[in-house]
Amino acid sequence: MTDTRESPGTDLGAPLVVLEDVNKHFGDLHVLKDINLTVHEGEVVVVIGPSGSGKSTLCRTINRLESYESGTITIHGDELPSEGKALARLRADVGMVFQSFNLFSHKTILENVTMGPIKVRRKKAPEAKERAMELLRRVGVDHQAEKYPAQLSGGQQQRVAIARSLAMDPTVMLFDEPTSALDPEMINEVLDVMTSLAKSGMTMIVVTHEMGFARKAADRVVFMSDGAIVEENTPEEFFTNPQSDRAKDFLGKLLTH
Amino acid sequence: MLELIEQFDVIGAFWLNIRLAAVSFVLAMVLGTVVAILRLAPVSVLNWFGATYVTLLRNTPLTLIIVFANLGLWLQLGIEFVPREDNPNFILENNFWLAVLGLTVYHAAFICEAIRSGVNTIPVGQSEAARSIGLGFGQSLREVILPQAFRGGITPIGNVLIALIKNTTVAVAIGNREIAYQMRNMMEFRPDAGILIFLIVAIGFVILTLPVGLGTSWLSAKLAVKR
Repeated sequence: MTDTRESPGTDLGAPLVVLEDVNKHFGDLHVLKDINLTVHEGEVVVVIGPSGSGKSTLCRTINRLESYESGTITIHGDELPSEGKALARLRADVGMVFQSFNLFSHKTILENVTMGPIKVRRKKAPEAKERAMELLRRVGVDHQAEKYPAQLSGGQQQRVAIARSLAMDPTVMLFDEPTSALDPEMINEVLDVMTSLAKSGMTMIVVTHEMGFARKAADRVVFMSDGAIVEENTPEEFFTNPQSDRAKDFLGKLLTH
Repeated sequence: MLELIEQFDVIGAFWLNIRLAAVSFVLAMVLGTVVAILRLAPVSVLNWFGATYVTLLRNTPLTLIIVFANLGLWLQLGIEFVPREDNPNFILENNFWLAVLGLTVYHAAFICEAIRSGVNTIPVGQSEAARSIGLGFGQSLREVILPQAFRGGITPIGNVLIALIKNTTVAVAIGNREIAYQMRNMMEFRPDAGILIFLIVAIGFVILTLPVGLGTSWLSAKLAVKR
């Protein structure tokens, strides 16, 4: 499995998430401009770009936390439903990890992870609990299962949020700047979980500022600026040999620090 | 003082206020929650219904609502809550429920707003997370939003309950023999008791409402959602 990461693009699965000519405005601001992006099964796509470039919005439109005006987004060939039960079903299959964790504050860690499987997947409580504990063990917070989110560090909360998404057995995971709200010493514990997830073959779309993660775990890097995809390439190519001036400028600013 | 309390059945009168308050509060919580859900629903017609309900009921004097329940619903439309046959207490019992109806619909508007203020304490990310694991609107409300909204809204809900307890005295307007009724009797038949009458009633209400205030502060601290 790890070998395929070394030679990205050679072992692509079927197209899973496909965006075609997606456009979105916030008032006068054109936040997504003719976005075309295809993410294949098992692929890890990292979206980077300056603040306000529309990368978070892009991530949120894929499970329709944001609406869009034109274009199509399909997952497994099915177009995104715009509302109702069909949309809820789709969201159940698309994992989402937020910048601010968003664990349910009034529920314990274990309840956070079992809620989706029990309420949406209709699993029996003991079965959901067992699976939840297994996932919490995998992200290293199983000994905190009975605590409430506020009692955990940010890094632990974010790892629980990842376990909560995984409990739904998603076909694709979206990460919206998962480490941006974390103290520096907690970033790595979250990135380690994400890296092992990437190695396990999970399809991932990751919006991040962590260039180290992009280099290490991505099959493809997508660079966005002013609402448009400016450049996409393998991490190796993108970081060593960026094509566009905008990307050169962006990377140049990163390296001066 | 004790003699006055016994002579006019002050305890029995207060007991009627307590029953009015208790029944109306439970029903107002249910109705208020329903109206709050209308106001939160992603359907603009429902929002409009909820908002109109709150605006209408909140801005109508309670006395008007309760008198309307009696004159309009009962005398004009013939709506009766208890069987009339072989029931010597029909008028009293029916008036009790008409008062409950008025108190309920009026305070439900305030409960709705108290719950909405509770909803405003919840970060938007909570409902986004609920939706992103596939919960529908109803499930998100039930599992994530309302449990946190009730906790965040305990203090304003407690304020509504305190107002409701005191507002039960309006029920005298349609012939409920509660404490305002007995107060009038006392003033009529025992003018010598003077200010003591007011003291008895005032202390009675303090005894009823003070624990509510203390209780809600305690509950609100105990159940507060830590973020």
